[in-house]
Amino acid sequence: MLDTLTTSLLTVLSMQHILYLAGGVFLGLLIGIFPGLGGIAGLSLLLPFLYGMDPISALAMLVGLVAVIPTSDTFTSVLMGIPGSSASQATVLDGFPMAKQGHAARALAAAFTASLFGGLFGALMLTVFVLIARPLILAFGSAELFMLTLLGLSMVGVLAGNSLVKGISACGIGLLLGCLGAAPATGEYRMSFDNTYLMDGIPLVVVGLGIFAIPEIIDLLRQNRAIAEASELGSGWINGFKDVIKHKWLSIRCAVLGTLVGALPGLGGSVVDWIAYGHAVQTTKAKDNPQFGNGDVRGVIAPESANNAKEGGGLIPTLLFGIPGSGSMAVFLGGMVLIGLEPGPAMVGAELGTTYTIVWSLALANVIGAGSCLLLSKWVARLTLIPYALMAPFMLMVICFAAFQATRSLGDLVALLGIGVLGVLMKRFDWPRPAFLIGFVLAGGMETYLYQAVQFDGWSFLTKPGVLIIAAITVASIYFAVRTKPADKTDDSDETTDTQAATEAPRRRASNLRPQIVFAFAVVGLFGYGLYDALQHSFLGGVFTAGLCAFMLVMSLIVLVKLLRGRLEDPVNFDNEVEAGYSSDNSITSLPHYVYWLTGLVLGCYLFGYLIAIGLFFVIFLLLKARTSMIKTLSLTGAALAFLVVLSHLMVLDMPRGLLQEMVQLPWPLS
Amino acid sequence: MKNADKFLRTFSARAIRPLVVAIACASASALSVTAPVLAADFEGARIEMTMPFKEGGGTDTWGRFYAPLIGEQLPGQPVVVVKNIPGGGSTSGANQFQMRAKADGRDIFASSGSTMFPYILGDKRVKYEYKDWTAILASPTGGVVYISSDLGVKSIADLAKLKDADLKYASQGATSLDMITLLSFEVLGLDVKSVFGMKGKGEARLAFERGEVNIDDQTTSGFIKKVQPLVDEGKAIPLFSWGVLGKDGKIQRDPTFPDLPSFVEAYEMVHGSAPSSERFRAWKAFFIAGYAAQKGLFLPKGTPDDVVQAYRDAAAKAIAAPGFADKAQDVLGDYEQAVGDEASKMFSEAVSMDDEARAWVINWLNSKYSAGL
Repeated sequence: MLDTLTTSLLTVLSMQHILYLAGGVFLGLLIGIFPGLGGIAGLSLLLPFLYGMDPISALAMLVGLVAVIPTSDTFTSVLMGIPGSSASQATVLDGFPMAKQGHAARALAAAFTASLFGGLFGALMLTVFVLIARPLILAFGSAELFMLTLLGLSMVGVLAGNSLVKGISACGIGLLLGCLGAAPATGEYRMSFDNTYLMDGIPLVVVGLGIFAIPEIIDLLRQNRAIAEASELGSGWINGFKDVIKHKWLSIRCAVLGTLVGALPGLGGSVVDWIAYGHAVQTTKAKDNPQFGNGDVRGVIAPESANNAKEGGGLIPTLLFGIPGSGSMAVFLGGMVLIGLEPGPAMVGAELGTTYTIVWSLALANVIGAGSCLLLSKWVARLTLIPYALMAPFMLMVICFAAFQATRSLGDLVALLGIGVLGVLMKRFDWPRPAFLIGFVLAGGMETYLYQAVQFDGWSFLTKPGVLIIAAITVASIYFAVRTKPADKTDDSDETTDTQAATEAPRRRASNLRPQIVFAFAVVGLFGYGLYDALQHSFLGGVFTAGLCAFMLVMSLIVLVKLLRGRLEDPVNFDNEVEAGYSSDNSITSLPHYVYWLTGLVLGCYLFGYLIAIGLFFVIFLLLKARTSMIKTLSLTGAALAFLVVLSHLMVLDMPRGLLQEMVQLPWPLS
Repeated sequence: MKNADKFLRTFSARAIRPLVVAIACASASALSVTAPVLAADFEGARIEMTMPFKEGGGTDTWGRFYAPLIGEQLPGQPVVVVKNIPGGGSTSGANQFQMRAKADGRDIFASSGSTMFPYILGDKRVKYEYKDWTAILASPTGGVVYISSDLGVKSIADLAKLKDADLKYASQGATSLDMITLLSFEVLGLDVKSVFGMKGKGEARLAFERGEVNIDDQTTSGFIKKVQPLVDEGKAIPLFSWGVLGKDGKIQRDPTFPDLPSFVEAYEMVHGSAPSSERFRAWKAFFIAGYAAQKGLFLPKGTPDDVVQAYRDAAAKAIAAPGFADKAQDVLGDYEQAVGDEASKMFSEAVSMDDEARAWVINWLNSKYSAGL
């Protein structure tokens, strides 16, 4: 084995290999910076070139690309509050507040150092683990995987915010949305209104961008200023580095978590960052002065350590069993087959050399990737100083493009708008969006594994040793969550809430509860409809959503009743329009204003196709909102459109077409 | 609204003219690039292969394997690129191809069994018509059904012993490609409990290795690379292969597995006579769509004959080219590729199942698996 290790190391360190690797890393960094474009887009750009390349160089490019996307996607998460990809959604929670406070440099440095550490740790784990992973992976059957989804859901307790019932209801909305489309047991289409797009379920990219990016963009536009409140980016590169050293144990624990969750096929890498974030919140004691949600650097280090380690872990089932743990691993697998490498037990036998080449490449790619990000970040961070009205059309263009990547139909844009509006409302009324997203991500696995576990073993699956162990961990996790969150923060007892509200003097409270009541009523209605829909299906097709909706109906009714009782001090009462002082500030644009803009854009796509619509949107928006000169407007629009056209040509992608294109034959690229 | 007013005035004065000029220039330059090609010459063209799946799947890999090989052999040596349009279990991409593909040889379609199944079953999402399209090429594959050695059965000859066994099978869904396996259990009279919701054949194999299920099938490449080691360890027993479709339309032994009986032989061993019922006819149609002609390349409706011929020649030349067999080993296995009329014949047999057999299948899927067809 040592022999194989050194031979692989020499292969990796050859000039040709490093060049190809660096090429992959460079592409990965570029792709990662654009929000929503993740590994799948990058690999699809790369795939056409792989065929005919020598396998080792092709592999170097593939690994380079996959390894660094969770590094560079941190830029937009920290700087703009827009998750660069599903791997760094949790980074937003504390990274973005840090940037707003002018600590962007420190947050980025901490994030990249943590990414580097996580990536190297993942590679190291892969080195040893790959040899013994087979029995471990085989030990995780459907029953154990179901329990792991429950463990993931227990993080909702940590991320629920001020009101637990609201947190659970938000998670329920996510779960229900995740159940949209074909039932795993029977293939019946649930809640899809005979709509082909909804039959497939809503893609995660669209949900992630809608729930986090759209509300953030709208919020920044309403305030109409640059992102950073401080005029300086702040120094603190060194501090960020020191932060990781100081919290090295947290970083190590999260890297272990990342590798393990990544290595288990079926759970999906998209929850790794949340689990790590939740872990950081749970294990930080009150005396360490936790500031989670308001710019605590630990909230950056934890997810970033985990999401890079995850790629190392994710390679294990991909290489050993040919089962990809995530979307990007699926494309990686396709790339492997295309260059003539078939995953399977041979990867730790006859092909062990190749496996170790991958491991070393992974480590090297992380070093190059994190290093370049550190160097780049000075310039990239300046983006936060640009007035947001100038940035917004570019961000919206990229986000729509990324959303459209998901299934390449206009439905993606409509879904983005719909989820975006939901996100705006959830942000306004403080229905925790992380809880929603965890629910959404875990819904599919939870239902499928529960059904399969019952089919395989009957209900006695609950007594399997693996299941009991994970159950114990889940209970411990909930215990820690309750311990970190003092009882008076949850709304179990009204008396303690009153005393707490009394001590928290300067907080503005909404006195008009009607908007919140309307929203809560809509949520109750949603669960009511979900229950009705579930009852229309066969037993196996509807039992999961029926149970879910019945429980969530109770939870959301509690929220509604609390609001109807009209007690302003109750923690369920939250209206950001009042709390952030927007409603009393005339310089802030009204909430629906930019929702109308976005609706206009999507409507334009429906009528004229994406390219024409986004071009018109650019021109009108820049002239009206950013008040740029006509020349500047046209050149910015031209540059943006050229970028889109070139990218979509390279990716072999037709832009969404509108009614106009259906009626008249237009020349490329307008068609 | 003051803003809007001011904007409109500014806009009309300053924007419209340059904008019109810009658009006109752009369209003119675009037009000059897309000069009409001479028939069956693709010099400098970019041919788009519509791929109704995500990047990285089996059919995508297959299409990306063939794309450069066919491009090389076409007159003018055009670039063939793969355009992925996933969704609706591959019906979205096929619908789009039916609606938008131009019949000038610049649009081709990569089809798989999962595109044919919903078509055969009359799925309401299907808006495409296989009978409109012209086949260029068909790639067969095979597969093997195997069981856990714990069941105490040594070969298909002991199949009777399985009648009382508690058999479980992990499947991706009753209307997925696994339907062939479910149908074959039905034809053989095996009582197997199906557990759905698997995301691919790999996950199903993992469930087998974990002991969660005890009967499974894998396609040829998956079987050789990942199940054969289990057979060698004594954990899995192969029962039968599906077989291959001979030129005479009969099902023969799979040359990759000369020692395994084909499905038809297995049936004869169990029932003592050759199968002929409507359920077997249904099985055979789906077998052709799912294995014998699992993947195929198509040209859209109305493609001129010289273009069709150019493609068929290119495919034949690509397959006959030296070194093809070596390169193809991993992606295609040892199966003979069908080109031109031979491919057309297979596809038309798959999509023209008789009404009796179709009625039986739909009733079976609805009553046994609540498929809602």
